[in-house]
Amino acid sequence: MKIAVCIKRVADSEARVKIAADGKRLDEAGVKFGINPYDEFAVEEALRRKETAGAGEVVVFSLGPAAAQETIRTALAMGADRGILLQTDAVPADGFETAKALAAELKDGGGGWDLILFGKMAIDDYNHQVGPMVAELLGLPCVTAVAHLEIDGAKGVAEREIEGGIEVVEFPLPAVITADKGLNEPRYPALKGIMAAKRKPLETKPVQLGAGSVEILSLALPPDRKEGKIVGEGAAAVPELVRLLREEAKVL
Amino acid sequence: MKVLAVCEQRDGTLRKVSFEVVTAARRLGAEVDAVVCAASGPEGCAAALAERATAGGHRAVVFAATATGKDLAPRVAAKLGVGLTGDVTDLAVDGGAIVATRPVYAGKALQKVRILGQPAVLSLRPNVFTPDEASAGITPETIPVPDGGRVTVREIKPAPAGTLDVAEAQIIISGGRGLKEPANFKVLEELALAFGGRAAVGASRAVVDAGWRAHGDQVGQTGKTVSPGLYIAVGISGAIQHLAGMRTSRIIVAINKDKDAPIFKVADYGVVGDLFEIVPKLTEEIRKLHG
Repeated sequence: MKIAVCIKRVADSEARVKIAADGKRLDEAGVKFGINPYDEFAVEEALRRKETAGAGEVVVFSLGPAAAQETIRTALAMGADRGILLQTDAVPADGFETAKALAAELKDGGGGWDLILFGKMAIDDYNHQVGPMVAELLGLPCVTAVAHLEIDGAKGVAEREIEGGIEVVEFPLPAVITADKGLNEPRYPALKGIMAAKRKPLETKPVQLGAGSVEILSLALPPDRKEGKIVGEGAAAVPELVRLLREEAKVL
Repeated sequence: MKVLAVCEQRDGTLRKVSFEVVTAARRLGAEVDAVVCAASGPEGCAAALAERATAGGHRAVVFAATATGKDLAPRVAAKLGVGLTGDVTDLAVDGGAIVATRPVYAGKALQKVRILGQPAVLSLRPNVFTPDEASAGITPETIPVPDGGRVTVREIKPAPAGTLDVAEAQIIISGGRGLKEPANFKVLEELALAFGGRAAVGASRAVVDAGWRAHGDQVGQTGKTVSPGLYIAVGISGAIQHLAGMRTSRIIVAINKDKDAPIFKVADYGVVGDLFEIVPKLTEEIRKLHG
């Protein structure tokens, strides 16, 4: 199986957000970065598919600054075979620009992917768009937010959560899949994997992106929530809590 | 500005987000065409919507950021050759351009963007735009969807009767490690029942990772970001990634034995103490109200 996985370098979910001096982006000083958590499910799924097939290649792609090489190394340490970084100064606000660059690279060398995997969204910009856009650009079928996946030959069955239920869909390979939490349990890179990753091929290609159709005007911290109150201690405080919810907050 | 509002229906009934989408679309322009896909195949539906937007000369295409909308909107945007502005929580028109506000970093920050795409393609976070009265009377035009998509829906397994998705619930009761073991979530489920079908039970990342609750129930940066009218956090200390996912709730109640837990910093009302005494008492009081 020949599998591509597209990953993104993002600020850690425990990171506190400070706004940069330009008022438009994150102040990265002191912020820990790593692989987008949903992309870890995608990497893990690719490795398992290759292991099940007994042969094949898992290639990791990322678009971002030079520091994203570290993110690709994480995926290589998990077991991916090689990586390609499409290097830009910054990830564009317009996901379609990212999708076009990735699609062009995935087509390069003849393509021939059985599966192209993404996380269902990035936990920084929350856009959930690059995966399905790449599928459109490559003319491939796409299933998003997959929490369970079965593949039998050139046919796949996937389960995805929708409001109030689980949708079961069938699709032919090759296909683009975006991974949701629950798809698998990603492995931690072992020391041996981390050592091996240092010697795996990682190619860096500079890319020029278009201006895009989304312009960032500002990034700001949300208004603070007004300081609340401790109603009391133990079950004795409950009647007062209910009164406040009814009469003051008017939510009951 | 001519706007295409993409509605959703299930079993022939329009879903609540449809009224939210129409209401928000009217903020952008007086001329709103509400449409709904005749079939659920994502490929056919995306093709039909892109065609409709092009033929209709719409300046904006508005989706709800539901499971369906998140799947469709980027496909339609790609077909139209523009980016998607997803999960929008506020909208305005400024000098002819659409300016959208959207939470990023799971709500730790708010990004404001000007959408230059022609058309603008955007999706709205559910539960944020309050449907106006005029939207109640809409009858969306059903647009035909071509057959023969490669991705086909084989079946929809409904969630157990009476359970509500946390992304759509007006009231969420979430539990964390303080519940001590999976079986104890029963006390939260009983409270949810007392609210009479309006409440869903959510969970912190810690208990989802421990396998106590389903992934779909997780609230936080790597789960769902929610904005219910009432959020009750039970036995949740309030890790930054959890707070990010629920801080836009209208009213937050925290129940925790540790009076210094960070959750009390964002809560409107807090009760300190043993949740196994407090929650059953709350259930009893809510039952009285609804009795």
